[in-house]
Formats: sequence, structure tokens, C-alpha cells
Amino acid sequence: MKKILILFAHPAYQKSRINKALINQVKGIEGVTINNLYEKYPDFFIDVPVEQKLLLEHDIIIWHHPFYWYSAPAIIKEWMDLVLQHGFAYGTKGRALEGKWAISAISTGGRKTIYSESGDNHFTINQFLAPYNQSATLCRMKYLPPFVVHSSHTLTERDLQLHADDYQRMILSLRDEKYDETTFSEAEYINHIIPHDA
Amino acid sequence: MHNQDFFLSAIIYLGAAVISVPIAKRLGLGSVLGYLLAGVLIGPFVLGLVGTEAGEVMHFAEFGVVLMLFVIGLELEPSLLWKMRRSIFGLGGLQVLGTATLIGFTAHFFGFQLNRAIAIGLILALSSTAIVLQTLSEKGLMRNIAGRSAFSVLLFQDMAVIPILALIPVLASLGAPADLSESALNNIDGVAALPGYLQLLIIIGAMSTIVIIGRFAARHVFRFIAETGMHEVFVALALLMVIGIALAMDAIGLSPALGTFAAGVVLADNEYRHELETTIDPFKGLLLGLFFISVGASINFALLVQEPLTIIQFLLLLILIKFVVLLILGKAFKLKKGYEFLFAFLLAQASEFSFVLISFSKQNMLLDEHTSAILLLIVTLSMAVSPLLLIFNDKLVSPILARWQNKVEYDEIDEEENPVILAGFGRFGLAIGRILIANGFKVTILDNNPSNVETLRKYGFKLYFGDISRPTMLEKAGIKNARLLILSMAEHDEALKISKFVRKKYPNVKILARARDIFHVFEYFNLNVKTVQREMFESATELGTQALQQLGFSNYEAYRATRTFKHHEEQVIDELYKHWLEDHGKFIKETRRFSEQVAETLNAEKNYSIHDTDCAWDVASLKNELTKEEDKIT
Repeated sequence: MKKILILFAHPAYQKSRINKALINQVKGIEGVTINNLYEKYPDFFIDVPVEQKLLLEHDIIIWHHPFYWYSAPAIIKEWMDLVLQHGFAYGTKGRALEGKWAISAISTGGRKTIYSESGDNHFTINQFLAPYNQSATLCRMKYLPPFVVHSSHTLTERDLQLHADDYQRMILSLRDEKYDETTFSEAEYINHIIPHDA
Repeated sequence: MHNQDFFLSAIIYLGAAVISVPIAKRLGLGSVLGYLLAGVLIGPFVLGLVGTEAGEVMHFAEFGVVLMLFVIGLELEPSLLWKMRRSIFGLGGLQVLGTATLIGFTAHFFGFQLNRAIAIGLILALSSTAIVLQTLSEKGLMRNIAGRSAFSVLLFQDMAVIPILALIPVLASLGAPADLSESALNNIDGVAALPGYLQLLIIIGAMSTIVIIGRFAARHVFRFIAETGMHEVFVALALLMVIGIALAMDAIGLSPALGTFAAGVVLADNEYRHELETTIDPFKGLLLGLFFISVGASINFALLVQEPLTIIQFLLLLILIKFVVLLILGKAFKLKKGYEFLFAFLLAQASEFSFVLISFSKQNMLLDEHTSAILLLIVTLSMAVSPLLLIFNDKLVSPILARWQNKVEYDEIDEEENPVILAGFGRFGLAIGRILIANGFKVTILDNNPSNVETLRKYGFKLYFGDISRPTMLEKAGIKNARLLILSMAEHDEALKISKFVRKKYPNVKILARARDIFHVFEYFNLNVKTVQREMFESATELGTQALQQLGFSNYEAYRATRTFKHHEEQVIDELYKHWLEDHGKFIKETRRFSEQVAETLNAEKNYSIHDTDCAWDVASLKNELTKEEDKIT
């Protein structure tokens, strides 16, 4: 059984329908730790040793956040800047995260079609996520295809529940090592390759 | 009828104190001199408001000394007292012996019989506990080395009173017809009449009783009374205890002051110590004040006018002898830096015990009427002169000494060149100092509370005791080369004065200040000191944040809400400052200050809405737009 750390960041969690649905669905699952960064560090004073210890204790790290300005809310960047230290996470001696998996779980208001070369946003989600991909790689982690929820503002209650179920199944599959690793390189989003027997 | 007399006297005494003490304080003369002058004023020779009954009042008010020693005892733990044994018995013993001998010789030289001369020596060797201790606590010198030494001497003198009382009849019998002395001997009652070993047993027994009761029983009694929740009953208990001990001591012929002092020491580590202290304190203060007034009122100016030369000559001689002996002893006991002078000036007067001893000697026919009267007058005058001697020391002797030795009477600062001067190291300054020191900055810390200084030094802070408001102190602390002056002291008006001085003379030093309230902030703004923190504001907003969290806000939401509030407060302060500048001439009374502040703040607040600033991450408008678009598409 793998241990999963969800680094959750939403500055106005109380206002987000989709993220409430997602988080509620994975709360309390054995082997899953939800690390609510805005709740823990409202003044952005991140406790680096504590965060590094959390990383060491888990096998899979999920950056879970809304997709603000084609990126993450500020505290995720602050967290990366401070916690992924040279000599800990990267560099010749920084091998603490070697072999772990990393994955982005994001929600966005935009439909999938606008995230394309011909769409209004001109780039795909995966192109926008390049910094996270490369950061994980630099830390010798394997970066999986992202979990993405599109059109978050216009989802019906039923849609919300479907996404939440997906999220839960994805996490359980990761935890119980049910993924066929060869499928990762082909999938655009991890949503598309969730095993149904989870 | 009697009541009326009592209240009339009360009005006279209280009125005299209320009028003269503040004036004396304002003039820098200290409260003791204020009380004494008040006494002279209402006494029979000036206004004549009180007559000869002042002497009786004085006897009653001497109880203030008893209360004072009790309070001092409360502050002295037994271990500390044990450490002082050398100075109590060494310094104190030598002082009484040396002074008594010298005065005795002088008296003999002026024609007194040897036995009388010895009695006079012993009587005048004592110094005034009331005056000295009141001065010490008023000047914050209780923990100073000179103050401690003076206290040790006084403690020894208190103990010496008992054998001196026993000795006077013996001395009387030496130079007088036998039958007279017999009758005199029969006159002393109590312990002094018993054989020596019995006296010792009784003394030991009494002290042990105090220790045992104080150690084991007092706590339960205090708790039992405290649990009633009636403060006045606790006050009654405290007074009952002190008066009881004093009477018991008196009954067995011991000094009541010494007995209550011992009781105080025994109770020093009792959990009701502070309660006792604050309870007894006002009584102590009033009685001592009364005592000083009655001393002033009983100065016999008629006698002074009759024989001015004799009196003044003996008065000067008395002070001179006491001073010289004390100075030599002070030096011998390693008092330095002008503290030996302070010590000598402090104790260079005669004691309130001298009054008792003089009248007792008169009873025993050891001293005649005339000698007694002159001695009484000299003792009184020496006490009245005592505060003047200290002023003389403060204003003249110690500056000269300081120039000679290149030292100030406060802590000597070794020409600091630290970049930061932190003025005031109490609750507020401590946090600042710790932050700076933890980050490797060198800080010169000044504080005017000697007990703070002593405690914090124990923890390794480099701390100087001194009056920060004096320019020389700041200069010594290296204001010339400092980058920052942080005024973290609680004396807000003083702090303003300091920043005025520093702004003018050292304009390159950056000033950071602690302010009481917004008006105080504005005063700093006016001096172009812009880095100011209100002492309560930050911690209050912190607690406000925590309240929001308890009410269900997420931590980040609560944090943002408080940040928003603080930001808004800055705007309000700007607004208020402009307003304040406009009617700057307006005199805002201290009592109105707070309500005024609230009213003005709330008025200014109306111009700013606190709620429209924090719209980040609100997706409502975005949703609206999206829904409309989708409607268009479909």
C-alpha cells in the first residue's frame, strides 16, 4: 500500500463547490493525508522541516489546487520554493524524493476545448503544467498525467459527484497500486485511465 | 465631641500631606521632606494647628515603621537574609560600636560624665529606619548595594535597641546614689528585668513561634479567609496579624519592628505574599507619612531660638561623626563608585528609637530635663536635615565624584558603540530585544527598574540600570554612533521628551517608538517619528483573528480579514491625524482621551467600507458571465 499526500491549496475553499466535493470524497481514507496549506499557513510562514518530514513519510504527492492564471495559487509556489530545498529534493545529494510519484489535480473554469492551440488559451493543460512536470523530474520523481476537472463553474450536482467519485477511485487505485504504469505515458489526463475495479 | 476632634485632626494632617508632598515631589525634594515641612507648617510654631499632642501622634505613627519592616520582610527571602549576615553583624555592629564610642568621647569632652556620655553615644548611634527605608524605596535603591548595606545596618540597630534599653538603667546606677538606681531598676518591666539566660530563652521562643506559625499554619488561615471572597476580611486579618505580633513582641520587651520583620521574612515564600503586601502597603504609607508630619510638628523651635549656636554646633557634630564613621566603614566594606557616600549620607541621622531611649533615660534620671530637650531637638533636626543631605549628595557630591572618577552614579556603561539602543526592557522591550539579539545584532539595553535589571542580567542580557531620560545616559550609551533608538519604555511622556532631544541633537538616529494610543502616535508623527506601534493594537488584532477562527472562519479567511482590518485602520489613522492637526490647540483631557478616540475613530471609519476590499477568489461574477455566454451559444 502506497501512502499518498495531498498538498491542497485553495485560498477561498469555502467558496469552491468542486474542490469541496473532491476533498470531502477522499477525506479519511486510510493511507491518505490531506495537507491543507492555506489552513495551516495563513501567513505563508511555512514550517520547512515539518513539510519535508511529511514528504518523506509518503510515496505519492498530489498538488491539488484550482488552476489560477494557468498555474497554482501563490502558496503552492511558496511551498515549492521553501520545501524543495537543494540538498534535500534536488542536487547531487538531494535524493529524498527519488522514486516517488507526483501528480497535479486541478480544477478550471475553462472547457477542455479552449485549452488547445486553436482555442482561446492557445496551450494545452499539460503544456501549462510544464513547470510542475519538470520540478518533479528534477527531484527524481515520476510525474503522472494530471487529474483535471473542466468547466468547474457550470457543473451540476450530478457532475460534481461523478468527478468526486473519479477522484476517489484514482486515489484508491494509486494507493493500492492498481495502475498499469505503461498507460501513464499515453494518457493525456489520468481521469481517462482510472481502473474500474477500484 | 471626641469624634469631632479626631476628624478635625485628620483633616489637618491629611490636608497638610496632600498639599505639601506633591509640591515637595515636584521640586525634587522627596516625600519625606514634604511630610516634615507639612509638620513644621501645622506645628505650634508656625500655624499652630496642632499642639503638643503631636508627640502622641508620633508614638502612634511609629507603627508605620513596624508595617514597613513587615513589608520589607515579605520581599526578603530567608536565603537572601542569610547572605546578608556579614553586612548585618559586621557592618551594623561596627557602625553602632564605632559611632557610639566616638560620640561618647565627644560628649565626655564636652563635660558629660562618662556613663551619661556612653548613653548619649548609644542613643545617637542609631539611624532612622523610617526615613532611610522610605527614601530607599522611593528612589528605587532597595536593591542597590548602598541601599542593601544601609538596610543591614538598620536591621542590626533594631536588634541593638533591646540591649541598649537594658543598659540604660545600669548606666544610670553607675553615677548616681544607690537607692535612686534601685528604684529605676525596678521600673523596667518585661524581659529586660529577667536574668540574661531567661531573656534569651524567651526571645528564641518568640521567634520560633513566629517561624512555626508562619511556615505551617498561616497558609491555611489565609486560604480560609481568602475563600470567603471578602477583601476587607483579608485586610482585617493582615492587620490583626501584624498588630498582634507587634504587641506580643512589645509585651516581652522585644522590638515590635524586629518581630514583624521576622514574620515578613517567614511569609516571603507564602502564596499570599503579594496580597499581604498590597494590603499593608497603604496603611504603611499613611502611618509613615503621619510619623514624618509629627516629627516635623514636634521640632522645638523655641529651644532652637534660645540656644541656636549650641544646637547647630551639636547637630553638625553629630552628622559629621556619623558620616565619617559610615564613610570609613563603607570603604572598608568595599562600597565603591560613590556608593560609600550615598551609604554614609543615607544613615547620617538619628533614629526614631532615639526618642524612646531619651525619654527612658530621663525616667531613669540618667539625663536631666535640659539635656533631654536639647537631644530631642537635635535628633528631630537631624532627621529633618537628612533628606537635604541626600539632595546635597545627589546634586553636588556625586556629580563631583563622577567627574573625579569619570563615573556616573548609575551603572557605568563601557562606551558602547552598538548599532541599537533599546530604552526600556520590560514586557514590551523584552520581545524586541530578544528578536534583535536572536538575529545577531548588538543591543545596548537601558532600563530604569533595578529589579528588572537584576533578573534579566541573570539570564545573560547585557543590561544597564539608569535614568534613560537623562541626555548623559543616552550619550554614554552611544547615541552618537547608534543607528536605531528604540523607545520601548512605558513612560510615554518621557519617551516623547527623549525623541524631541534626539531629533534635535542627533538627527541621523532613526527612532522607533512604542505609543500608548493614537494621540500619542500623533505626537510622534509631529516629531517626524513615523515608525510607531501602539502597545495594545497588534495583540488585540491577533486575538480578534482567533475569535474569527472560533466562529468558523477558515484560518486563511480569518487572517485576511484581520489584515484587511489593519490596512483599513491605517487609512483611518491618516484621516484622524489630519483632523488632529487641524484642531491641534484643543486640550484633550486625559479622562476624555479614550472616549474621544473611539468616537473619532468610528466617525472616520464611516468613510471606508471594510467589506469591499476582499473580493479575491470570488467567482460569482465570473459564473454570471459564463452562464450568459452559454445561454448565447445554446
